[in-house]
Amino acid sequence: MEPVIQFITENLTMIYILTLAIFLGMEVISNVPAVLHTPLMSGANAVSGVVVIGAIILIRQAAADDYLVLSLGFLGIVLAMTNVVGGYTVTDRMLYMFRKKKK
Amino acid sequence: MESSVSDFIYLACIVLFIVGLKKLSHPDTARNGNLVAATGMGIAILVAIFYPMEGATNNYTWIAGGLVLGSAGGYIAAKKVQMTAMPEMVSLFNGLGGACAMLISIVEFYNYPAQQDLLNGQAITTLFALFVGSITFTGSLIAFGKLQGFLRDSLVLPFPTVVNMVLLLVIVGSGVYITLLPQLNFNFIIILLILSLVYGVTFVTPIGGGDMPVVISLLNSFSGIGATLAGLIYNNQVMVVGGIIVGASGTILTILMCKAMNRSLFNVIIGGFGGGGSSAVDSGEQVVKEATYADLAIQLKYSQKVIIVPGYGLAVAQAQHACHELEELMEKEGVTVKYAIHPVAGRMPGHMNVLLAEADVPYPKLLDLEDANKEFPSTDVILVIGANDVVNPAANDDPGSPIYGMPILEVELAKNVIVLKRSMSAGYAGIENQLFFGEKTRMLFGDAKKSLNKLIEETSAA
Repeated sequence: MEPVIQFITENLTMIYILTLAIFLGMEVISNVPAVLHTPLMSGANAVSGVVVIGAIILIRQAAADDYLVLSLGFLGIVLAMTNVVGGYTVTDRMLYMFRKKKK
Repeated sequence: MESSVSDFIYLACIVLFIVGLKKLSHPDTARNGNLVAATGMGIAILVAIFYPMEGATNNYTWIAGGLVLGSAGGYIAAKKVQMTAMPEMVSLFNGLGGACAMLISIVEFYNYPAQQDLLNGQAITTLFALFVGSITFTGSLIAFGKLQGFLRDSLVLPFPTVVNMVLLLVIVGSGVYITLLPQLNFNFIIILLILSLVYGVTFVTPIGGGDMPVVISLLNSFSGIGATLAGLIYNNQVMVVGGIIVGASGTILTILMCKAMNRSLFNVIIGGFGGGGSSAVDSGEQVVKEATYADLAIQLKYSQKVIIVPGYGLAVAQAQHACHELEELMEKEGVTVKYAIHPVAGRMPGHMNVLLAEADVPYPKLLDLEDANKEFPSTDVILVIGANDVVNPAANDDPGSPIYGMPILEVELAKNVIVLKRSMSAGYAGIENQLFFGEKTRMLFGDAKKSLNKLIEETSAA
């Protein structure tokens, strides 16, 4: 029990943020028209690439000669960055098609 | 830069994410919303690079290299991919995010102080990140393989439900065991990693076909949760909030998809489509009527209203442009042409909308399930192009059918139904479709694109 209470005490703000953000996430995409399901999903997918920040922090803390950690972190950045840039680009491409024929 | 200033900029990035996603849910502002979210991400990455950090070695060369390589790869892939392959692309990107969360947790455990136990929030969060990241990674790869056609839907592991249950129990058990050890044993982390990777495979493999939209949005939600867990490790708000918003919105979308199929998420995950249940329709002696191009062309030309029901077959055959061409041709002859879109048509949520948008089909021509069913009785001809389960009447009148209860497009309300289909094989659900033997139905066998092109030829000649 002790570690649990300690964890809660130490991370109370984060727990608050997390809980509220869950509701926010559900609220933000409610009532999305079916046309936008795919772009919304790939846009959200790009946002989840925010995990790239974790890999950046990891590399910044790594010893300059710890090549195993550096390589794994490097791989992490490459993968997550592909997710970020690819996600936004592909979403933009899709949405461009929607816009084109609205006139 | 002060760390409080950096944290404040992180907050601004979170606001940009939220505003961006909110704008993404309205057609008029969607493109702008995507840009807003992308801007937020760009700023967040810059802040992460320059955030003041005590004793940081920085290793900026490695970071820059990774960012450049990843950006280039993502950009090229996104520009090159065909619109029909969008579900594959999205699930692949999903998997990459999951893989990153997985790599982060591996490194965190690798660097973990040797004499310390794992009974603390940090370590437990890292365990969860390892698990979620790994299943997102392999699960997405399997989904990708299935969508690409590398992996057959019919590929089934023996006793998937039992295997998954046992595997999950073993994972939870070893997770608890690792946590209770007096100090970290990295070998166990590797074992847990392998188990999680395997679970990702066994979890997605039995799910297929018509359930694909559910799986993809579920994996999307997982990748968000993975980012959140990784954010908790570093106490990084932008990762936590960004990730959880994706997690929550992905979950909502998943539930929406399940509702469209009238099934529970649990049912999708453990069920797959069984062997057809008690649905014992003997179709061996029934015959189908085939349509001829010439007759059909004339019929289309003299119809008042035609509705097209697209499905995954349209995407496979890349027939969206031919479809639009036929539509324009008929419109020129004074025929009203519309499209009926089932919420789970295709392989990802909204798949058909994207394809038709690519072919320049005007947005108001697309009818959703309810409106389409209202318009069917006054429709002369319905063209079902590569759709199957979403028009299967068994969903209405065969309680033994695995898709019983799923809302369908009731095409039989129309005067004539033409089904464009490659062969008589069953749909992804693997069940017979009585529609094909119906009184009003005629079949047009062959690749959808070729059939449509022939039909276009005949119609302009007729």
